[in-house]
Amino acid sequence: MADAPALGRARAYGLLSWMWIRSSMAYRTSFVILLTSSFAITFLDFAAILIMFASVDRLGGFSVSEVAFLYGSTSLALGFADLFGGSLDRVGARVRDGSLDAMLLRPVPTLVQIMADQFAIRRLGRVLQAVLVFGWALATADIGWTWDRVLLVPAMLVCGTAIFLAILVLAGAFQVLASDAADVGNAFTYGGNTMLQYPLTIYPTEVVRAVTFVVPVAFVNWYPALHILDRADPLNLPTWWQFASPLAAAVMCGVAAMCWRAALRHYRSTGS
Amino acid sequence: MSLIEVDRVSRTFVVRRKTSTLRRARQVVRAVDDLSFTVTAGEMVGYIGPNGAGKSTTIKMLTGILVPSSGRLRVAGLDPSAARVELARRIGVVFGQRTTLWWDLPLRDSFALLRRIYRVPLTRFRQNLDTFVELLDLGDLLHRPVRQLSLGQRMRGDIAAALLHDPDILYLDEPTIGLDVVSKSALRGFLREVNAERNVTVLLTTHDLVDIEQLCRRVMVIDHGHLVYDGELAGLHAFGNARRTLVVDLSDPAPPVDVRGATVTRVDGPRQWLEFPAQASAAPIVAAVAAGYDVADLSIQEPAIEDVIRQLYLDRR
Repeated sequence: MADAPALGRARAYGLLSWMWIRSSMAYRTSFVILLTSSFAITFLDFAAILIMFASVDRLGGFSVSEVAFLYGSTSLALGFADLFGGSLDRVGARVRDGSLDAMLLRPVPTLVQIMADQFAIRRLGRVLQAVLVFGWALATADIGWTWDRVLLVPAMLVCGTAIFLAILVLAGAFQVLASDAADVGNAFTYGGNTMLQYPLTIYPTEVVRAVTFVVPVAFVNWYPALHILDRADPLNLPTWWQFASPLAAAVMCGVAAMCWRAALRHYRSTGS
Repeated sequence: MSLIEVDRVSRTFVVRRKTSTLRRARQVVRAVDDLSFTVTAGEMVGYIGPNGAGKSTTIKMLTGILVPSSGRLRVAGLDPSAARVELARRIGVVFGQRTTLWWDLPLRDSFALLRRIYRVPLTRFRQNLDTFVELLDLGDLLHRPVRQLSLGQRMRGDIAAALLHDPDILYLDEPTIGLDVVSKSALRGFLREVNAERNVTVLLTTHDLVDIEQLCRRVMVIDHGHLVYDGELAGLHAFGNARRTLVVDLSDPAPPVDVRGATVTRVDGPRQWLEFPAQASAAPIVAAVAAGYDVADLSIQEPAIEDVIRQLYLDRR
């Protein structure tokens, strides 16, 4: 490729997703309804937490604003990952109907094409709700703002998005080989997200260890949040773990990219 | 210069079959087995074989979709699976069974999107589009979404899409499948023109031997993953166990004639059908019949290409 590969990829992603946005705009009413319903459903999700706090003051030692901080940060990360890579859960269907073959024949990296495939701007509904919850948390939580804490907030969101995206790519790679396994990834993304909406102090330590060392989703928001909210680590890990999200995200992305390439090399296509 | 080089390429698939509720038998299937051939720039090659012979697997390896299990592949000097994205700019692919276009987009938008994906300069794109719209009669279809096109219309759209970026090589996997006679003939005319005028190398698989007869001087026959024939179409007759038929009209009904080198397969009143190997000369047989019998008329039927190929497949079972 003549230009910088990263730029070329972003351009191709933009071209393809813009094509899908345009074709979804052909049905404007349906678009508005989908966006509103996606927003409403996620909003009710947070309402459940507010109702719980009507009868308790603290959950695992965290106030309502602090839980909103955890909830908002993981929802934002998952929201962005889903916006950019939500189509990865359809890789299996693409393998079965043979349209992955068509993508493999175009001069654009396959991962870019799959991620842009059926790009749905209605997924912004989740992001919008997460922005509101997170904004409210930042405004009301009792945070002793220092420079490192201020910088840690955007870093946490970027790394969280990257970690969830890496899981989506891993699940997509798995579907290239086992085309009927669409829900494996959801268990880790949506499952992980649901867990991370609450302080990890309410879970048994084995579970916290698992989401730290096995599938490191705890780096999406829990470890940076410990520093930002000035809390003690229940696992008593060294303080630098609270700044290790970029490392976790880089490792996850590296593993995901390797698995994706390996999966394409072992792709079997369909008959005929 | 060889544009496509295939050197001792094999591709195996592991198939797991359920033999009982818990057990699964593991079986290795060789879809392509030790295949070698080369294609020179500008050639138009027919690639035929029965279902499951390995045709599509070969094409998928040549395009980089599938990675060969062993052997060496070069297309336009590139290793297809390693340099798949780079190679994509230099090849066009049409699968007769399914479209590579965007289902919900009007044909015009699909073409415009492909122009930007392949980075075709605007002036060149317009030239190509005008040519294809005229030759493939696409004018009325451009504003219609692909899902609303008939099979024949969609195929024309797919072929135009595959050629917009001026590829060196065009792979066609059963391009005429399901088309009516008129559409088939129009498509063949277009392909001949593309090959001759634009010097595009064409490799096409088909089950319709008329495609081969009208388009390709060279034909490759694959069966069970092996190349069983590679040469001129005319040579297939001699290669297979094909048989020619001598139809003899005697002046009166008679018992089956008895000449060396030919056997009577059918008798209908005074008319008799004698079969003999296609590569044998007809002259001595005709002479023998004329010498021994009272002949009113003679004619020789060449084997139909379908029969030649069917015989070829049967012999290899």
